[in-house]
Amino acid sequence: MSPIIELEGLNVEFGHGRRRTTAVAGVSLALSAGECLALVGESGSGKSVTARTLVGLTAPGAAVRAERFLVEGRDAAAFGEREWRRVRGRTVGLVLQDALSALDPLRRVGAEVGEPLLAHRVLPKAEVPGRVEELLRDVGVPEPAGRARQYPHQLSGGLRQRALIASALAAGPRVLVADEPTTALDVTVQAQVLDLLGELKAKGTALLLISHDLAVVARLADRIAVMKDGRIVESGPAERVLGAPEHPYTRVLLAAAPDPDRPAAEAAPADPGTGRLLTARGLVKRYRTPDGGLREAVADVSFGLAPGETLGIVGESGSGKSTTAQLVMGMLAPDAGEVLLDGRPWSALPERLRRPARSAVQLVHQDPLASFDPRFTVRRILAEALAVAGVARGAARRERAVELLAQVGLGEQHLERRPHGLSGGQRQRVAIARALATGPRLLVCDEPVSALDVSVQAQVLELLARLRAELGLAMLFISHDLAVVRQVSDRVLVMKDGRAVEYGPAERVFRAPEHPYTRQLLAAVPRLPARSAA
Amino acid sequence: MSRFARAALHRLGGAVLVLWGAATLGFLALHLVPGDPVSTLLGGSVTTGSAAVRAEITREFGLDRPLFEQYLTFLGRLLGGDLGRSYQQQQPVSLIIGEQLGPTAELALTAFGLILLFALVSAVTTAGRRRAVRGAASGAELLAISTPPFWLGVLLLTLFSFHLRLFPVAGAEGWESLVLPAVTLAVPFGSLLSQVLREGLESALHEPFALTARSRGIGPLALRGRHALRHALVPAVTLGGWLVGGLLGGTVLVETVFARPGLGRVALDAVTGHDLPVVIGLILLSAAVYLVVNTVVDGLYLLIDPRLRGAGPVREVAA
Amino acid sequence: MTSSVAPAPGAPSEPAPGPAARTVRSAGGRAARLRPGALLAALVLAVAVLACAWPGLLAPADPTAADPVAALTPPGAEHWLGTDQLGRDVYARVVHGARYSLLIGLGATALSVLAGLLVGLPAALSGRIGDQVAMRAVDVLLALPELLLALLVIAVVGPGTGNALLAIAIAATPGFARLVRGQAMVVRGSEYVRAATALGVPRTAVVLRHVLPNTLGPLTVPATLAVGTAVVSGAALSFLGLGPKAPAPEWGAMLSQGRDFLSTAWWIAVFPGAAITAVVVAITVLGRQLHRCLEGRTP
Repeated sequence: MSPIIELEGLNVEFGHGRRRTTAVAGVSLALSAGECLALVGESGSGKSVTARTLVGLTAPGAAVRAERFLVEGRDAAAFGEREWRRVRGRTVGLVLQDALSALDPLRRVGAEVGEPLLAHRVLPKAEVPGRVEELLRDVGVPEPAGRARQYPHQLSGGLRQRALIASALAAGPRVLVADEPTTALDVTVQAQVLDLLGELKAKGTALLLISHDLAVVARLADRIAVMKDGRIVESGPAERVLGAPEHPYTRVLLAAAPDPDRPAAEAAPADPGTGRLLTARGLVKRYRTPDGGLREAVADVSFGLAPGETLGIVGESGSGKSTTAQLVMGMLAPDAGEVLLDGRPWSALPERLRRPARSAVQLVHQDPLASFDPRFTVRRILAEALAVAGVARGAARRERAVELLAQVGLGEQHLERRPHGLSGGQRQRVAIARALATGPRLLVCDEPVSALDVSVQAQVLELLARLRAELGLAMLFISHDLAVVRQVSDRVLVMKDGRAVEYGPAERVFRAPEHPYTRQLLAAVPRLPARSAA
Repeated sequence: MSRFARAALHRLGGAVLVLWGAATLGFLALHLVPGDPVSTLLGGSVTTGSAAVRAEITREFGLDRPLFEQYLTFLGRLLGGDLGRSYQQQQPVSLIIGEQLGPTAELALTAFGLILLFALVSAVTTAGRRRAVRGAASGAELLAISTPPFWLGVLLLTLFSFHLRLFPVAGAEGWESLVLPAVTLAVPFGSLLSQVLREGLESALHEPFALTARSRGIGPLALRGRHALRHALVPAVTLGGWLVGGLLGGTVLVETVFARPGLGRVALDAVTGHDLPVVIGLILLSAAVYLVVNTVVDGLYLLIDPRLRGAGPVREVAA
Repeated sequence: MTSSVAPAPGAPSEPAPGPAARTVRSAGGRAARLRPGALLAALVLAVAVLACAWPGLLAPADPTAADPVAALTPPGAEHWLGTDQLGRDVYARVVHGARYSLLIGLGATALSVLAGLLVGLPAALSGRIGDQVAMRAVDVLLALPELLLALLVIAVVGPGTGNALLAIAIAATPGFARLVRGQAMVVRGSEYVRAATALGVPRTAVVLRHVLPNTLGPLTVPATLAVGTAVVSGAALSFLGLGPKAPAPEWGAMLSQGRDFLSTAWWIAVFPGAAITAVVVAITVLGRQLHRCLEGRTP
């Protein structure tokens, strides 16, 4: 059987003259019915550009060249806009990352799903609503007629992503290009959407799956191509690439992926969970919903932290884990319950009295760039924190700033840089350096590595582990990623809908989860095959 | 109480507050004016009128009462729908405004129609096109926005009325007299609206949903008409609401240039003649127009964006 | 303590956004380039500033010297832009008039920005009640068209150059108050202000170090554009006879006088109007260039 799409030697360049940059260099791939090819790479690897090129929507101003580019046997390199329009949706469907922004928020779900039917005149107009219902039912949307009349924001994340897939499938394309289709989803929903894509593949759709996550891809891919800096560095059958990687970069990616089944190596402190450092008792935080009701973002959550201990809080979006972090930080006042620091009141203090003690508890945020004043250089960012810590202006402060940078793996040359010019990993290092400046005993890390590429994520986690050992820091580590939480935590708190459903030593929770929800979460985590076999 | 009823009540309360504030502002202005209203009433000179006549007028207008009492009387009259009498014309303010409202409304509405037409056509045809097309359009708009409307009116008069003799020089009879004033008002505001629309369209065309829509195989016209335009309407409606106020201000100038009767002239005469009851009447009228327009604008938001219908943001209880 | 966790050699290093990445983002990098239009605008403004500071340098003739013999001379070698009904040189009047327009434009904008800050910033930083009171008051003023509000102020304080400036400043203040308050609210809720609070930085220092500068920054562009609007408003008030007193060569006033001679001497009204338009276009172009530069710096 000949492939539906054949691509050889694809080059994509942006810009002109000196500003010219190559986004994709010499990429070749082929897609046949009923198979799944996965393109895996970190940000900036050129995987999304490649995906968009397959529907002729590379980007305005991009120079696209290919030695050979066939779609259903026809020369796509010579396609004009008119020919491409016939291919889009009809031969190749595209699914983007976040359905909330990838579906038109101002149009009803049904209109979005049915658009390809109208664009390609597949059906008479009168039959479109009926077909839309069928399509939605096929991708597993319950009550399809009602959902079709709703708007995207009224659907849950999982249903929205299903609707997006339905719209890509509407005109019956033979190829589905899915660009990070599950990245914005919670882990349990991700598992369901991956199952749906698997069903489509089984029915004969060719699937190009693009992801940064090898473990996600491992569930579906027949073949895997690993991309770096616009090139495919390694490709082959999925088992071979995952089981016996040849290229060093593939090995780095595999090694960096945190393993949900690997126990943490570090020894727990002597008195875990006793709350000698921090105690949270019966925390409640309510929000007013638009219809006048009350919603409990955090409902009766208690835990304790000993000096040097790491407590991981894990949960899906909306579980209340970030609100818990804000309560611990004293940035929000609880509606009931209290937080004690060193056995003394913390959350109950007025800000004026809490301020002098704030240096003991510091925050590392998910988005470091947002947590820096946009006008500040790294030097001023650190200087502000050092001033709070009482380090005198001048040489002493500068010396201490350089020391802090060295501690997080940065150098003096970063002192005068602005955060915009730093990479994501470097920014997070600066944020950690700032948190360390006041000499804290507790670090609250709210999704500290979620926005980072997997290889950088591994480096930052390593840094946190080393700082913890060297400085005896206690950590409250909040993440949606169970594998990451397992790697760093002594104890774990699992949250769902504002409640703590399970709380205990990390090893026990991961090895023998008691609550059904914890079990469900653990089962849904994508795993690399080599490890689950071991 | 239902959410709708609560929102309606909240809006009504806000409207009353704004009208009350505008009335108070006018009242304060009335009493801040140097010189005394009696002279204005007598034709602008301090020397005219015997002491007896002045005392008579003072009593008639309640000017001898304490300020606070005058204020309450003033508010009480307003509640009864009485805007007072003009100092200059010795006529009820409501009558003056009622007589002159017609020509101004005619002018403003015609201009508004032209603005919408021009902005829609210009923005939809040029958004996302080649740089030369967009550059030419936005250059012309920049020039149009920066041109003072009274100068534009003078230019149009010179060309079309004095040299080509196509349109009358002054007055408000027939549609011919409406053309130049309406165009004068429409050109700068239309260009502004067109720019906002085009920016909205172009930013919508860069959103992920536009990429999805194109990946379904739809053409450029469907992409603009079905998807991008609705998104671009949100900022355009915001501007449109502001624009109505701008048009009312603009009529003052345009009516002067084209010697048209209307509220703009009334406003100018009232200001130069210290005829504050008329000024207050006009303030209240434009505040009322503003409130109506704002209500319409908020309604349009709901019509355009379903995300605003269901729910506002979740709020913290204690804060 | 000095051991570092720099990326191990061989490990994939993360690319920092360099010039290459920027090119892709701004589609050809036109964000940073100064356009020829901006140069022209700068030139126009330089001439206007020169005309303000040393009008005699550009136009030695006396702008108020009447010469009944030379009345209504069309543009030519002797009078470049012709003469008005009293025989005054239109070119000299246009050059000398720059002073009024720019004074009103800059002065009124500076005043309104300052007043906007004084109302908007405390509103954003105070509690709910203070904010509500301030913003309701602003609402009342916003309910009136700017020109009507300016006319109301003129009705109270009377006509004149200084009063026109004051009237325009007051009319523009509610807009800036709302803008300042909105921006200050955004900054107050930003992660970096929360981060400073979490560090234990005192509230006053947070306001002075973070909230104020980051509120002022985004005002640059609207304030620049407002200068252009204020120039037009100033000319409009003079056009209506409410600005500088009679013989003063104010552009709007000249235009108004020229209206009576449109059929015979178009130049009296046309050139002052062209001067206003040129200055406003230049200010607007510069404002937009500024906007692009600022946007390019903070993506």
